[in-house]
Amino acid sequence: MFRMWIILFLLFASYTIAVYRNCDEKDVTVTNPDVHALAGWKVWQRNNCQSCHQIYGLGGYMGPDLTNVISDSGKSKQYLQTFIKYGTGKMPDFHLSDSEVNNLIAFLHWIDKSGRSKVPIERVTSTWNYNFSK
Amino acid sequence: MYRSLRLLIIGSLVLLLATLIFGLIASWAFLYPETYNKILPFYQLRPFHVSSALFWIISGATASLLYYKKGAIEPTSKWNAIAEATFIYLWLLSIIAIFTCYGLKIFGGREYWEFPPILCIPMLLSWIALFLAYFSQLIRKAGEKPMYVWMWSTGVLFFLITFIEQNLWQIPWFRYTYLREITVQWKANGSMVGAWNQMIYGTSLFLMVKISGDERIAKGKIVFFFYMLGLTNLMFNWGHHIYNVPGASWIRDTSYIISMTEWVFLIRMIQGFKSKLDERKKFRHLIAYRFIIAAEFWVFMNLLLAIAMSIPAINRYTHGTHITVAHAMGTTIGINSMILLASYTYMLDIDSTKVGIRRMLGGCYWLAQYSLMAFWLSLVVAGVIKAYGATIMEMTNFQEIMKPVLPAIKAFSLCGIGLLCSLSVIAVTYIRYAATFDIKKK
Repeated sequence: MFRMWIILFLLFASYTIAVYRNCDEKDVTVTNPDVHALAGWKVWQRNNCQSCHQIYGLGGYMGPDLTNVISDSGKSKQYLQTFIKYGTGKMPDFHLSDSEVNNLIAFLHWIDKSGRSKVPIERVTSTWNYNFSK
Repeated sequence: MYRSLRLLIIGSLVLLLATLIFGLIASWAFLYPETYNKILPFYQLRPFHVSSALFWIISGATASLLYYKKGAIEPTSKWNAIAEATFIYLWLLSIIAIFTCYGLKIFGGREYWEFPPILCIPMLLSWIALFLAYFSQLIRKAGEKPMYVWMWSTGVLFFLITFIEQNLWQIPWFRYTYLREITVQWKANGSMVGAWNQMIYGTSLFLMVKISGDERIAKGKIVFFFYMLGLTNLMFNWGHHIYNVPGASWIRDTSYIISMTEWVFLIRMIQGFKSKLDERKKFRHLIAYRFIIAAEFWVFMNLLLAIAMSIPAINRYTHGTHITVAHAMGTTIGINSMILLASYTYMLDIDSTKVGIRRMLGGCYWLAQYSLMAFWLSLVVAGVIKAYGATIMEMTNFQEIMKPVLPAIKAFSLCGIGLLCSLSVIAVTYIRYAATFDIKKK
């Protein structure tokens, strides 16, 4: 029994390394975040934005998924800046500075470039799986 | 050691109470944000609720493990006792520090671990103390070990691995691509659930051995097969969290294939219904046994949901909706909490208490089951409505998508009152017994 356990564990370890190295097949020069996106990520964390918002459908359900808010909303940067800075009736005012707001937008830009959150129906295959390479 | 273990048992039950209270208030904050944003906003309540639930389950699982291993893995040395006490005190102090940060609105981690990452250090140290105490004792026990010992060991080991993995985002290389960061994060989160499930299911198996007096339940090829199947799912079946993430397709394929082995669990459960009925007639007077049966029912219900969500074509509709919440809450309340309450019922010898108390607990038990059923169904309905608006109708305005969902959320919040009333009476009763019971007895 212990031998089988060890074999399974070794498979798990190999799979884990493969996941770390190859889970994102895109060109790293495209996917790397810049300093503003990284700073925006910290703003996102510090204010616990994931409690209410989702990225790729993961997070809280109080507010909308923000994965593609930059490319989908059709709103200007100014609109987003005002929205984030002052909040709404449902979203509290986090008293963010202008640079924090801009960094947060840079972070959302970077997320937006990573892919689409919604899977179009055309991507569903006959085996009920997805095919993103179509 | 006994004093610290008693503290952990009481602490875990206090966390259950906190989960229920914060959960109910958070549901109100979700429904009426304009009011609650001024007092206690949702983004502050949610981490309080989620962390309370997480720590109730992990603390309850470890308290049960530490208590029952006394009888299963003898002997305990003085060194073991010190290491176990170190785990308990460091663990509880870390939780207090985390809640203090939430109270002061100091956040900083990732989903479900939303506290400043520095607090992961004492948590990690505490788990290393538990790991050393447990395994140093285990290697001294010779001979064939029952399956619940394998399950406890797997849980302790994999919690350590996944906790470290959950913190890998702090190394810059993991943050260089968002898809890697999110994949690793959900790989760790998904497997961590499997880790605590191993600890809790191990306790459930131990309890069934003790209640029935039949040691064969925890031995043999079939039990071993299902343990290995569960372990395989723990290791490879986490991809359904990130099916929609456009990363490497082999991660999705692996998870999809492995998740289909869950049908084996489902078929096994259906096959076992007849024998369960006979068993039920024999033990139904025991409250501990009733909690285990409730957990089995919820395993069945949530397995149906899990299998559906593991099929990418269905996951396309369920992902990012309240169906995911139904699954998360259905498993943590219906399975994890029911088994932990069974464990505490057996540990505190509740089945030997006064008839009046047992009747009261029996009433609370049924109120909890009916409330949970309505609670779970409300979330499924909310999820279906959201999926209809967001995926089938392809609506883009979030407020419009959520408008028809809100009545289901109101029903969910109402059912939460039933859960709070029933489970808090049970928790408070158990806290009273835990404070005075003879901890050295079993």
